[in-house]
Amino acid sequence: MSQPLVNIEALRVTFRGGRKPVRAVDGVNLQVQSGEVVALIGESGSGKSVTLRSVLRLHPARHTKMEGRIEVAGQDVLAMDSATLSSYRGRVASMIFQEPLLALDPVYSLGDQIVESILRHEPLTRSQAQARALELFERVRIPSPERRLQAYPHEMSGGMRQRAMIALALACRPQLLLADEPTTALDATVQIQILLLLRELQRELGLSVIFVTHDIGAAVEVADRMAVMYAGRIVEQGPVKTLMTQPAHPYTQALLRSRAHGAMDKGMRLVTIPGSPPDLSNLPSGCAFADRCAMAQSACLESAPQAQTLAQGHEVRCFLA
Amino acid sequence: MTTPSLLEVQGLVKHFPLKKDVFGRGGGVVRAVDGVSFDVMKGETLGIVGESGCGKSTTARLLMQLLQADQGEMIFDGAGVNTRALSLKEFRRQVQMVFQDSYASLNPRLTMEDSIAFAPQVHGLSREVSLARAHDLLERVGLDPKRFAERYPHELSGGQRQRVNIARALALQPRLVILDEAVSALDKSVEAQVLNLLMDLKQAMGLTYVFISHDLNVVRYMCDRVMVMYLGQVVEMGPSEAIFENPRHPYTQALLRSIPSMDPEHRTETPPLAGDPPNPINPPSGCRFHPRCAQARPECAQQVPLLRGDAQAHPVACLLYPTSHPA
Repeated sequence: MSQPLVNIEALRVTFRGGRKPVRAVDGVNLQVQSGEVVALIGESGSGKSVTLRSVLRLHPARHTKMEGRIEVAGQDVLAMDSATLSSYRGRVASMIFQEPLLALDPVYSLGDQIVESILRHEPLTRSQAQARALELFERVRIPSPERRLQAYPHEMSGGMRQRAMIALALACRPQLLLADEPTTALDATVQIQILLLLRELQRELGLSVIFVTHDIGAAVEVADRMAVMYAGRIVEQGPVKTLMTQPAHPYTQALLRSRAHGAMDKGMRLVTIPGSPPDLSNLPSGCAFADRCAMAQSACLESAPQAQTLAQGHEVRCFLA
Repeated sequence: MTTPSLLEVQGLVKHFPLKKDVFGRGGGVVRAVDGVSFDVMKGETLGIVGESGCGKSTTARLLMQLLQADQGEMIFDGAGVNTRALSLKEFRRQVQMVFQDSYASLNPRLTMEDSIAFAPQVHGLSREVSLARAHDLLERVGLDPKRFAERYPHELSGGQRQRVNIARALALQPRLVILDEAVSALDKSVEAQVLNLLMDLKQAMGLTYVFISHDLNVVRYMCDRVMVMYLGQVVEMGPSEAIFENPRHPYTQALLRSIPSMDPEHRTETPPLAGDPPNPINPPSGCRFHPRCAQARPECAQQVPLLRGDAQAHPVACLLYPTSHPA
């Protein structure tokens, strides 16, 4: 297999701001091939967003200890100095966020923000950059793009803002797009439009995408592979189809079963996962899911299971698999 | 004559006027809820679905009388609300609400038992009786009173806090509980726990729910009947099975097709609707959905469809159906 575009090895992220250090990511291994879409699935506190943000090194350096290795397009992200980091962000990898109103600058028009970002990275004239901004707005299908480039973020609807943020993220033709719950705040009919737009852009531009979401449905719509996170670790990863039809980890299985879905009978009880996720400042020595797992055995409490390969590209961290 | 409906809502209207700017511009009106009528039957769960700006949360707040309606009438179990037959205080004892944000809706300075016991004390019960009831309710929502009674909101997880909010809503032994996106902020595995709890409590205590959510899968699972709203109006209403199996309004059809497919072999190919839901400040003329509707005809821009059904089919407000044509 060719060299993956993204190679994350044994990534550990610890936040030290509070009273006790919090280990948000605890040994994540993840590879993303070029042109591949990987969805990181998990609940709040599972470490999915922290993993994603680490790829752009967005965590404040003073309070964050990052160990392991992150390589994107052959560059060692954790070793970059600040100048290298600035030209890497936006140019090689860029990110779209859940809430565009917070991510976009309220006092500049959208056109200006895109032009600024292009000029920062590329030796173009202002009018060339403006032409590219217009092209991007057309590409993300914003109606009357010339007029919209002059608009400020608050003047647009949620769906249009999210399109504008995608245009901004793609301004410098990155190879890797990081998406942090990009459709969670949107209405159903708008969410599906944005998901399909992402899928289309990814295909046309040959982008690699890491897509963080808690919504399995959204992941199925865009991703080739899925990685399920729990308490800072990837407990299972594999092709979307494999995970949907033959989930091997008890957590993945329970997550899929606990959803209310269309074909259910009324009055049927939902299968639930008892308890709640562990405290990240005080992780158990064994499998982090063991005390909520219906199939846990004594071995599960003693040591954390290592990832094992079940089939081509399907990995699981569970003693029982 | 006894009526099977617990709450009858007739012609509810709520408009929010907008302030003019310094040049005297603007000053429109947000037509948040514009002529909404429905019944809530005893013992049922009525779902309200729709996108942001459709008026579902405003409707909930009007039901609770947290907002004053501009027009409209509400009859609770045969008695007009806020009349001599049923005072506002008594109505509010019988109708309670659970909000989306479990943290914002609890007083950060009250322990869980005090939060739950607060309303019964306001309504005249002694502190001992109220606290005993609070402990009993904590137990019922699956929180051990020994561990949780004296905790503060910030010491609980989101799911636990939402259980406390449910317990508090039940403290006055209400008959109707309005759940406004009550599980939307929870993680899936916790959401399932709370949904199961809501089903159990409904059975055990003979409750009626109004369940507001944007998650159509959850609505389908929870609700007996569903009301679909678009820009302040009801566009379709019927039994849950009928709405989900045989949606009649083009908007409902598009909304249902927007649910992400769970099958990687059959992904959604084209978005069912283009554009964002429009702003309720200047809603389109005629049928409010017509600018986004693939089946719109010229008359849709002029005539306002009526929400009507017949013996064969549930009510829908769409000019594609003869029943909706104004006489």
